[in-house]
Amino acid sequence: MATTITMPQLGESVTEGTVAQWLKKPGDAIEKYEPFVEISTDKVTAEVPSPVSGVLKEIIVKEGDTVPTGTAIAVIDEVGAAKPLDSPAGLGASNEPALNVPSTPAFGEQPTRPPHATPAPARPQSAPQPARPFVARPGSRNGGALNPPEVLRRVSPAVRRLARENNIDLTTVRGSGEQGRITANDVLAAAAQGPAAAMAAGIMAAPETRQPSAPIQPTGPVSPSAPLPPAATAPGRSTYDRPIPGTLVPLSQARKIIAQRMVESKHTAPHAWTMVEVDVTDLWNLRQREKDRFQREKGVALTLFPFFIHAVVQSLKAYPLMNARFIDEGIQVLKEINVGIAVAAGSNLMVPVIRHADNYSVAGLAVEAGKLIEKARSGKVGADDLTGGTFTVNNTGANGSVLSAPILNGGQAGIVTMEAVVKRPVVVDGDKIAIRSMLNVCLSLDHRVVDGAIASAFLVDLKKRLQAVPTAQF
Amino acid sequence: MALATAGTTTMNNVEAVRHTLYEALKADPKTLIMGEDVGARGNVFLITKGFLEEFGPERIIDTPLAEASIVGVAVGMAMEGLRPIAEIQFADFIYPAFNQIVGEAAKTRYRSNGDYTCPLVIRTPYGGGVRGALSHSVSIEALFYHVPGLKIVAPSFPADIKGLLNAAIDDPDPVMFLEHKKTYRLVKGEVPNGHYTIPIGKADVKVAGDALTVVSYGLYVHQAIEAAKQLAADGVSVEVIDLRSIRPMDKTTILESVRKTRKLLIIQEDNKFGGIGAEISAMVAEEAFFDLDAPIRRLAGPDVPAMGYAQTLEEEFMIPTSRMAATMREMVAF
Repeated sequence: MATTITMPQLGESVTEGTVAQWLKKPGDAIEKYEPFVEISTDKVTAEVPSPVSGVLKEIIVKEGDTVPTGTAIAVIDEVGAAKPLDSPAGLGASNEPALNVPSTPAFGEQPTRPPHATPAPARPQSAPQPARPFVARPGSRNGGALNPPEVLRRVSPAVRRLARENNIDLTTVRGSGEQGRITANDVLAAAAQGPAAAMAAGIMAAPETRQPSAPIQPTGPVSPSAPLPPAATAPGRSTYDRPIPGTLVPLSQARKIIAQRMVESKHTAPHAWTMVEVDVTDLWNLRQREKDRFQREKGVALTLFPFFIHAVVQSLKAYPLMNARFIDEGIQVLKEINVGIAVAAGSNLMVPVIRHADNYSVAGLAVEAGKLIEKARSGKVGADDLTGGTFTVNNTGANGSVLSAPILNGGQAGIVTMEAVVKRPVVVDGDKIAIRSMLNVCLSLDHRVVDGAIASAFLVDLKKRLQAVPTAQF
Repeated sequence: MALATAGTTTMNNVEAVRHTLYEALKADPKTLIMGEDVGARGNVFLITKGFLEEFGPERIIDTPLAEASIVGVAVGMAMEGLRPIAEIQFADFIYPAFNQIVGEAAKTRYRSNGDYTCPLVIRTPYGGGVRGALSHSVSIEALFYHVPGLKIVAPSFPADIKGLLNAAIDDPDPVMFLEHKKTYRLVKGEVPNGHYTIPIGKADVKVAGDALTVVSYGLYVHQAIEAAKQLAADGVSVEVIDLRSIRPMDKTTILESVRKTRKLLIIQEDNKFGGIGAEISAMVAEEAFFDLDAPIRRLAGPDVPAMGYAQTLEEEFMIPTSRMAATMREMVAF
């Protein structure tokens, strides 16, 4: 019996998901509850367990595609139904001719390929090109990506170095070696065929556009005019436009999304920026007095951060236009105050959200923020933790910064940063100089939603709240 | 290489050894040969036949069957200024002399702070494939390879034998001169006339190619060249390097070749574990990692105590040319 698997809903407000990676290929056996696909939404990537045991029969949605929740993404043949039909040999369900996905034989096995596709030490019949002929495997073995992941995982040091030096994207190089392995000569041939094209494919092309610009002629030997050694500079080419060697950090799904969101936000919302200086000496002293007791009672360290969030929430209540979003129909002033807090989690940036932040006391915010930061850093944050933010705070001071110009979280009117608290001489009480604990608070705002007047009023309000002596009960 | 006289003479390997020894004895009265059966019998391969009559019993010395004494006495002679060429009748018998070679000869210069050197040549036939069984087939190079202070050469072409044997005799320090006994009468070649030397520590590219580097020495160089010819007939060019000198190792030639071909196959008759190929592999992995396009491979003898006498056992031990060619093809196609 075939079971159709649909795009799951990962989180209450999630309406679509992206297939990040298929962990199984058609023909693979799957145990019930065994993860078989990675789905990503926003910044969460989750492995999806199979609801049934069986054999993956068909992949409907390919990697990288985004579909609404509920859309069929794959078909699994349940155990017992699949075998007798597909495989007279009994066990060989995985040997069925899967047209789109090459079956890579285990090491040492003779690869089972159609005879015309035999790679055999390709011998040029009459080509004048003597040694190291680049002869591509006739007949593309698969319709999708040029190289299955197995090939890219088995890249020799020489190939890696030559690819880097010549800026060749290995996913675009057809391997002529054993089991489709990319050889050093393949890379050199690719480099010789078009350094510029290769460079473009390697650096600029998005994954979707790689294929057409791939510098590979799928058939035929290297044109005799193409110089093989990459060092040879073509006439008219500057000596200095050769790519600078470096290492490539592949994009994780999260990094891709971060990049995309940052560009979107910066291009969509006209950012304006403003800052106030806040004297937090009293707040600092209070925190010093209370932190031990707080840690004892609540089990969370007391920092200035929850005080800051609390003050931001109160200021948002006073200036509701700062808790709004610009949409085509107009400016939508939001009824909920859901504060996102920016958290660096490994190499990624996450913004988990404290929902209904206006319902919490300072102590409550301390506990909530602590939980979310812990979740984010341990990778346990879920889609619901990351969605629905209406305003963002960023504790940039934790990294020692005293000034920053944050990028808005898409769909929000403002983001404030809490910079590092530093002692500075300041003028107080008319013309006296005192050493005070000073805090810079920076605000980036969506200028479509608010203007400088409201933004400044909001910041000044926030400043007043932070400077007011907090009550003993917080 | 300094050529005194123009022209060449065709010789096989055993003739090249005999010819070079004879010239050395003629040229320098301090040279002498000592070993089992080198005098009256003229050596078991007839290398020194007639030498006793021509040079007399003080320079062509028949010794008892006592390898420790052969090398020990030779070490003393060398330290005192003679140029002894000690012969171990078969490499399989060299073990009693191990202490004299490793403990004395190799350390003389160091121990005496340079006051004494030990210009000693130890010649010995080694290697299998001749139905020599347990005690006439062994490869000993790896046992001595580990020892600083020893030079080890194993040329297998007549011209290389002459040049390197002359260099070994001239060398101020101990040199082990290994002669693959199966090549003795099997390999013929042109040998330049007159005195010349080939520097110890210099390998020779016997066949140039760009798809694969094959490093070997001794008998197997000849088979590797044969295998490379078979591949060349199919348009695949394999580079074959004859080490000639096992220690010092010619890193430069090996690395230049590997950087060109990006693939390395080492073929040795000696058993695999801890052998010459292991050192070459490690050296290349250390120095040319980012040039490698395939795992380094070694073809070597099996790790068994000795080569069996039975034809089947000997054939199992020795690597046939067909297997060399097949491995080369695999590596080229990789």
